[in-house]
Amino acid sequence: MTPRHRRMVGVAAILAGVGAAALLARLAFEENLLYFFSPSQIAAGEAPVERKFRVGGLVTPGSVQRDPGSLTVRFVVTDNRHSIPVRYSGVLPDLFKEGKGVVANGRLDGQGGFVAEEVLAKHDENYMPPEVADSMHPPQPGGGGG
Amino acid sequence: MDRTWLHKLASPPHFYRIAGRLAPWLGWPALALILIGLYGGLVLAPADHQQGEGFRILYVHAPSAWLSMLVYATLALASGIGLIWRIKLAHAVALAAAPIGAWFTFVALATGSLWGKPMWGTWWVWDARLTAELILLFLYLGFLALHGAIDDTGRADRAAAVLALVGVINLPVIHYSVYWWNTLHQGATITKLGKPSITFDMLWPLLVMLTGFTLCFAALLTRRVQAEILRRERDAAWLRAELAR
Repeated sequence: MTPRHRRMVGVAAILAGVGAAALLARLAFEENLLYFFSPSQIAAGEAPVERKFRVGGLVTPGSVQRDPGSLTVRFVVTDNRHSIPVRYSGVLPDLFKEGKGVVANGRLDGQGGFVAEEVLAKHDENYMPPEVADSMHPPQPGGGGG
Repeated sequence: MDRTWLHKLASPPHFYRIAGRLAPWLGWPALALILIGLYGGLVLAPADHQQGEGFRILYVHAPSAWLSMLVYATLALASGIGLIWRIKLAHAVALAAAPIGAWFTFVALATGSLWGKPMWGTWWVWDARLTAELILLFLYLGFLALHGAIDDTGRADRAAAVLALVGVINLPVIHYSVYWWNTLHQGATITKLGKPSITFDMLWPLLVMLTGFTLCFAALLTRRVQAEILRRERDAAWLRAELAR
């Protein structure tokens, strides 16, 4: 009985030790594991000023302005508390839409805006046919709709 | 409590026979369910309101990702049982499960990458969910490499089992990564409390695929454990008698 119990304690000790280590690592690297910062975090001064980082949130409906004749596009990213204007030159992903999630990689321009070098679309975990989506949120003229 | 059946199950000859009888009953339903699920997911299910037809890769991606974690849980549980009760068969189960899990993890990563390019706009990002799943692949490969590096089977079993237990911590990290940190990957659709955020005509093929993949793993595992028993017991008298039957 004794050796088996000792091995049980050994296995439990491995699991407890690794669990504790992971918890500490999670606390220590909390910030490094954030894939993006929200506009509220940027407003609170938590985002790095001197290096590149990502900002994530929703594209404010009605804020997308395309520059005629170039790929430059301006839009506002919001988390419904704070928002930040973003400037980007390049191809946007298909899922980029007003009112939908977006993650932009770039840096602050020093005037309260954000210059993006890369824009990724972040979609949600909801799947439904278009008819269902339309019945839930009727499409608005000019807006992102369903 | 009568534990004779348990001891019998842990004996290689007995398990070898049970596994052999069980395998077809797992394999054929698995094949049928996967075919039904594929037809349901690729043909019958409607297109998604945001992602159009592209969301259908979900029907392979989500079951693979689910299996990548279920197989690891199986591997770790078998390793723990093997370590504590010194059951050799449990170590054989762990070793037999590892390549299956590695392949499911690879498929989850590959299909996720194919899905990410058109939807997110990138093949790969170092967000917490994707990185944790990649670490899972390395855990499987590390388990196999460590086992292969030690000649003595008993010592290899125990060393790899300790590694398997250490890696268990990665499972909750993978599952909760999308809630603990801001990630590009979206949250869970069906394995969350409350109503699944997917309509029923899209959900049922996914559930069929999940069941099919799980049975497929069980079928592969029984056959692979049989093969592992053959390798480990190659000099045993019972095996010669079994094969001569």
